[in-house]
Parts: sequence; C-alpha cells; structure tokens
Amino acid sequence: MNLTLKIWRQKDASSKGQMVDYKVTEISEHMSFLEMMDVLNEQLVNSGEEPVAFDHDCREGICGMCSMYINGEAHGPDRGITTCQLHMRMFKDGDTITIEPFRAAAFPVVKDLVVDRSAFDRIQHAGGYISVNTSGNTQDANSIPIAKEAADTAMDAATCIGCGACVATCKNSSAMLFVGAKVSQYALLPQGQVEAADRVQNMVAQMDLEGFGNCTNTGACEVECPKGISLDNIARMNRELMKASI
Amino acid sequence: MALDSKVPQGPLKDKWTDYKNKINLVNPANKRHIDIIVVGTGLAGGSASATLAELGYNVKAFAYQDSPRRAHSIAAQGGINAAKNYQGDGDSTYRLFYDTVKGGDYRSREANVYRLAEVSANIIDQCVAQGVPFARDYGGLLDNRSFGGVLVSRTFYAKGQTGQQLLLGAYSAMNRQIARGKIEMFNRHEMLDVVVVDGKARGIIARNLVTGEIERHSAHAVVIASGGYGNVYFLSTNAMGSNVTAGWKIHKKGAYFANPCYTQIHPTCIPRSGDYQSKLTLMSESLRNDGRIWVPKNLDDVKLIREGKKRPTDLSEDERDYYLERRYPAFGNLVPRDVASRAAKERCDAGYGVNATGEAVYLDFAAAIVRYGTEQAKVKNIKNASDAKIKELGKAIVKAKYGNLFQMYEKIVDENPYETPMMIYPAVHYTMGGVWVDYNLMTTIPGCYAIGEANFSDHGANRLGASALMQGLADGYFVLPYTIGDYLADDIRTGKIPTDTPEFDEAEKSVKENINFFINNKGTKSVDSYHKKLGKIMWDKCGMSRNAEGLKEAIEEISELRKDFWKNVNVPGEANEFNEQLAKAGRVADFLELGELFAKDALVREESAGGHFREEHQTPEGEAKRLKEFQFVSAWEYKGEPKDAVLHKEALEYENIEVKERSYK
Repeated sequence: MNLTLKIWRQKDASSKGQMVDYKVTEISEHMSFLEMMDVLNEQLVNSGEEPVAFDHDCREGICGMCSMYINGEAHGPDRGITTCQLHMRMFKDGDTITIEPFRAAAFPVVKDLVVDRSAFDRIQHAGGYISVNTSGNTQDANSIPIAKEAADTAMDAATCIGCGACVATCKNSSAMLFVGAKVSQYALLPQGQVEAADRVQNMVAQMDLEGFGNCTNTGACEVECPKGISLDNIARMNRELMKASI
Repeated sequence: MALDSKVPQGPLKDKWTDYKNKINLVNPANKRHIDIIVVGTGLAGGSASATLAELGYNVKAFAYQDSPRRAHSIAAQGGINAAKNYQGDGDSTYRLFYDTVKGGDYRSREANVYRLAEVSANIIDQCVAQGVPFARDYGGLLDNRSFGGVLVSRTFYAKGQTGQQLLLGAYSAMNRQIARGKIEMFNRHEMLDVVVVDGKARGIIARNLVTGEIERHSAHAVVIASGGYGNVYFLSTNAMGSNVTAGWKIHKKGAYFANPCYTQIHPTCIPRSGDYQSKLTLMSESLRNDGRIWVPKNLDDVKLIREGKKRPTDLSEDERDYYLERRYPAFGNLVPRDVASRAAKERCDAGYGVNATGEAVYLDFAAAIVRYGTEQAKVKNIKNASDAKIKELGKAIVKAKYGNLFQMYEKIVDENPYETPMMIYPAVHYTMGGVWVDYNLMTTIPGCYAIGEANFSDHGANRLGASALMQGLADGYFVLPYTIGDYLADDIRTGKIPTDTPEFDEAEKSVKENINFFINNKGTKSVDSYHKKLGKIMWDKCGMSRNAEGLKEAIEEISELRKDFWKNVNVPGEANEFNEQLAKAGRVADFLELGELFAKDALVREESAGGHFREEHQTPEGEAKRLKEFQFVSAWEYKGEPKDAVLHKEALEYENIEVKERSYK
C-alpha cells in the first residue's frame, strides 16, 4: 500500500517543531508499524536527509520504549498493544497517518518522536521498592504463603511497562494509572506492607512535583494501556493514600 | 599470557564456601571511597549495581536505553531455574549442576556451574522478598513448570513475563540506591572504550546519546554487563539496540573473547515473513510443556497446506509426524533447544516446512486443550461434558498459562492459535560465548569484570531454558559482590582515579576520531545495509549447521564487507546531537569484526558441540559428535585484524561428572 505520513519533526528540546509530510510506497500489510518507519528512514538516509528519531528497542511489546501517538491515539488504533506490535494491516492503501510524540508537560520532547520520561523513574526512586538488601539469607520463599488471587492481582498490576501511554492519553496528563499500578503491586503482597504508608505518600508527592495532572475518572488510560492495567489500581492507590493519611 | 581460571582447591561442594571464607574484605568505611562502573542494567548489571551500592560502594551505572528498566532481560518469558525441590521430584544442587553441564554438552567449567546451582535457591528467596509476584498455586505456595533438557520441575515463573518481573525487581533495588545517591545512573549513555591505567581497568569513555558529548568516567573497577551478541545475525530475538560494543572494546584492550561460535538458535520463534523484517519474536519454551510439534507426514499434504487448499486441522493424527516425540521418546517435545532446532531444520530441509517460505513447523495445543478441559470438567463435576464445553474449559486454562504469548502471536501473525496450530521456526536467541572470565568473573584485564550473558562462563556449548535469568542474577546478586571485594581490598588507599591523565586523553581521542570519521565519510550505503549483509552471511554460513568450506567463505566475505564498510558507509547528521545512525554505525563496525572471529572460531572447532554443529562431525543419526581433543575453552587474544587473533586454550576437566554421549532418546 501507499501512504502519506504526517510526522512531528523537532531538532531538539529547545527548537520549535512542526508536522512534515512524507510518502512511503509498497508497504506490506504484514509489516509492523516500526518496520514501515524503518523503510521511511532508509529512504531518507539514501536521499541525504536526516531520518526520523523515535524510541524503540525490544520490538515485542515489553520494554516500553516505543511511544508514538498515531492518528490521535497512544500506540495507534489497535488495542492491547504497543506501537511496535501495531501492524500495517490496520491501515489501508491511500491512508494519511499522523504521527506525533507522546505529549505531556512532564514528558518534554528530546527530538522528533523521542520524549524524556525520566519523571517516571524519579517517581519510582521515591518509593517504588521494598527495602530489602541482598544477603543470601532472607527467609525461604515459601515461608509466607500468598493467596493465589492476591498474587495474580499483584502480577496484573506489575505488568505495567512504564511506556507512558496513560499519560499521553489522559486529558489531564495524569500518571495515576502508572503510579497506582506500582503502589497496588506492593499493597497486595505481604512483603510490601511494612512501608506501605510511606511508599504511597512519597510516590504521590513526587508525581505531583513532576507536574502530572489529577485523575478525573474518564478511564481513557485503561482503554489505551497496552497491558490492560485496570482502573482498580487508581482506586486502590487512593485508598492506600487515605489510609496512610489518617 | 597463560590462562588461569583461579578455581579454588578442595571438593566441588566446598569450593565456594571456602573461597568466601578466605577472601579479602573491604570494611564499610573504606567502601565509601571506592567507585565501580557497571555497564548495562539488565538482570546482571542491575542486580550487581544494586548489591554493590547496598554494600557501600559508589556505583556509576550506564544504559543505552532511557531507563534501566528497559534492558532486554525484560523480554525473557518462560522462567528461572532454581534447585528448590519444592515439588519433591528429586531435584538438588547436584542435579541442577549435572543438567547444566550435560545440557552445555560438557563444554563449561565445573566449578562455576556448581556455584551457580548452589546460589540458585537464594535468588528465588531474594526476589520474593523484593515483591516479585511469581505464580502460586491455590495453597499460596510457589508454582513450578518444566523446561527442556531436564526431568524435574524447577522453573519458577510469572506468567510469560518472568524476565520482566525479575528485572523490575532488580530495577526497584536500584531505585532504592539511586534515591540514596549510592548509584549514579547514566541513561542514554553508551560506553565506547575502556581506559586501562598501569595495566588495570580504571574507567570508561562514554557518549551521551542525547547531546553527543564524549565523557570520561573513572572508577577502581569496571563491570561489563552488556548482554550477548546475537544481533551479529541482524535478525534475532534480541532488542534492536543490543550490541557487542562494550565487550568488543575491552577485547581490543586485552580481554580474551571466548567461544564466539557458541550461539543458541531457539527452536520456537515466529517465522520470518519478508525482507523488511527487523527482528524475530520468541515464543517461550514453556509452550513446549503443552504444545506438540509436528509437520505433515506426506509431502502432498505439505503442498496443499502451502497452497492454502488444506488446513492443519484437516489432517488426522495418522497424517502427522510428531518428529520430536518420534526421535526422542524420553524427552519428547522437551528436548534441549539445540536438539529441537536442528530437528526442525532437518524436517524443513527435507521439504516438510508448512508455510510459503518452507521454514516453519507446527506447535499444536489442541491435545493440551482437551486434556485440561477434561480435567476441569471433572474438577467442576460437569457430567457428560460436550466436546465444545471441554474445549472451552481447556482454552481457559491454556489462556491463564500462556495468554500473553498467544495474544502476541495473534497480533503478529493474524491467526488465532487457540483454533489453529502456531507456526514456529528457530531463530538466533542467545550467545553462550562471550568475554573470557576466571572464577572471580574477572577478564584478562585486571579490574575489568564481565557478568551475565556478556561472559562465557556457565552454559558451555548450549544453554538450557530458564538458566539465563538464573545466571544473570547469580552473577549480580551473589557472586560478583564477593569476588570484586577481594580485588578492591588492595585499592583502599588508592583514592579517586583522576581523569586528566594521558590514558584518558588517548582513549577519548581515538573515540572522537572514530566518530568524526563516520560523520565526515559521506559514503553511499546505509549502516543497515551492511548489517543486513553481515547477518545473511552469518545465518547462511555460521547458522544452525556449519562446514569448513562455508566458514572459510564467511571469513573472506566478512573481511571484504568490513573493508567496504570503512570506505562507503553513510552516516547522516551531526556528532553532537541525538543520532541513532551514528550510534548504530559504531555497533555494526564492531559486529563486522566479531563476525569474522566467530567464523574463525567455528572453523577451528572441528567437532560438533551443543549449538555448534559441524556437518563433518555427526553421528549416523545426525546427532552432534563431540570430540575429546576439543574439550577446551577457546579464548582469543586480539592482535589487530580478526584473522590474526591468537588462540589460547583452557582445558576443561570433569572430576565430578562423567563425560558421556549426550542423549535425550
């Protein structure tokens, strides 16, 4: 298929950006979206132009690095996937596709489609861990049984890949799904109880400091989350925060 | 220089304990004055960084990604082995040791493997304490599954995302130390050289991938944890950015590179679909717990299937060849990876491949769905359940076990694997070879260590499933923190290593010259075009089976390609900016050297062992034929061009395990 691409080009963080049109031809429907971008970049390199910068690494939907906003949706029109798992069969010949970076005040553009998501790391530094040193003599892994349901629900929360689609999707640029997922994982496990109150307070404080917005329960984040992280996690985080403050 | 593996004396089971009792320690106050650089933040680098910082050292950690959490360990799916014997099925430290040495086709170092098996159980305890949500049974205890090449269930897992959960565990431990200021994290940074001062590794030159700035970083020791070099094949299950550069740069400064030809071709990956393909996707080995691998018995059926006139589900049981179950009745579908991959290639080479390219076999879950469904009907006390009900119940179980993998497959291939068998084919996945290290995990450069997939140490000629995660975390959490202390005990009075010395000047200068060359070359061919050509040579001539003639051709062709690269490569953009093409040019330049050494190593190793299959050396049944005279590690010393590399041999001795023909029949 032949396509027109409208892509955000921005030289660096301090430059002004703009949408630029490109044409790509003979794109196979079996290609992944990023392979289509590879074709475009090879074309640009061979014609002496600068290729489009975009973040990508594992290309199998788990590292969380890819981050495009395609036709107005984080990770594009399919559900339950990241941009690297999006395939061109979702588009048809002659389509015009708009490609932008994930946009949020807390995610400044680095170049073209690459954004700086280090705010997420800083939230994790504030409390996204259980304080246990590596010693080789922690208690046996089976000494505390954990109900299967709790373990499974913790696992569901823990599958967050930290891509930032929730933030890019939210009209308030809220990071509550991301933070809620981490708070929930530990809140559901006995190992996380000891520091639960400090953790949720510190992580939420850092989240606010980074300039992420508040949650107004539109639920858009859950819809666009490539890993299907549930809104329940936001509710659980609010409960934990309430519990910690009384 | 003679190779000294520094394996401690004494009985195998006491070596590590005795070693720990006798090494030098650094007192906590002195650790505050010692800096350690860790390159890479996957399971090995992440766990090492966190643990070294907990001990009190000042750690500087480097990752080319935008966050340590994105290292490619995250993509490991199936699980992590540990000799816990929770299932009471006869597992033990010795048995895990035995399986690993045998699985590696008797080409790994006994003492290292035993230590790995010994600390494996600690890893599970540590990860559970960190809040890693491993799968549990209804009684709340940890669940296990089986992996290839073993007869016990010792694999712990978190759905099909075990690597992700373990890496996030290590990342969380790092975060705690970053918050304390004990780890200084350098994201989007790439190491481009190691700095050696008075014969010791004392720092690195790194490029800031956002600004292009070249930076000097000093330390008392340098740890390389940058993963494997599977991307030398262009197409692999590695991440796009995975590269050999850190390992290759230290090789050029004196670290020997061991067994480069030992590569793992994983049997269950999604087949390639076209020339535009940028990477291959793994389907976890855990699927072979329940999936049955087959091709049609008759070539007529193959033809009809390829033409779309027949579907796999149309074939009766009699018309199918479950070739692994046929050839290897004892292990069946759970033979080790090298064996399963070669068997798939054998059937496809004979014309039985089931897709348009002729390079695919089926992985079928129909039998498992019925088996689980029947069991569930009994559990739920459903009398006379219909076939449809049984399938429905069975699918729910399969979904709970492998749901994310099935979804991944469906998104890529656009077929529903619950209804029609998956199509799979082998792909490059892991490299057992790597930087040579001694028992202390130190390379032949004093003060320079290599851990995880970046080193060569534990898997011999073939790695068993779920053992990479085990090794990465064993090295980082439980081995390196001891061994590095023994070395650093001599550095307590050294003080901060200055970076304004001739050694740093020299290293920075050569890095900058290299970058300027790429930017100013203005050639005609893209970096990717070279990478693809290299990958094709590697796959065709150094892939699942190799022969002397092909390897000699590969050496010539790669050498020519490298010359062409340094003449005609085109790198657009500037040095002082975010420039992915520039970063990639440097990585491909190193792959072009490694590839040739790889072929040379494969040529010299005139035997078949594990993942290294020389066509000249096979049994009448087509199995790998090992030779006693090659019972050694090949460690290569850099001497300029790869063709001039000098071979050093580390003899492998087996005192605690009988070297036998490796059979899974």
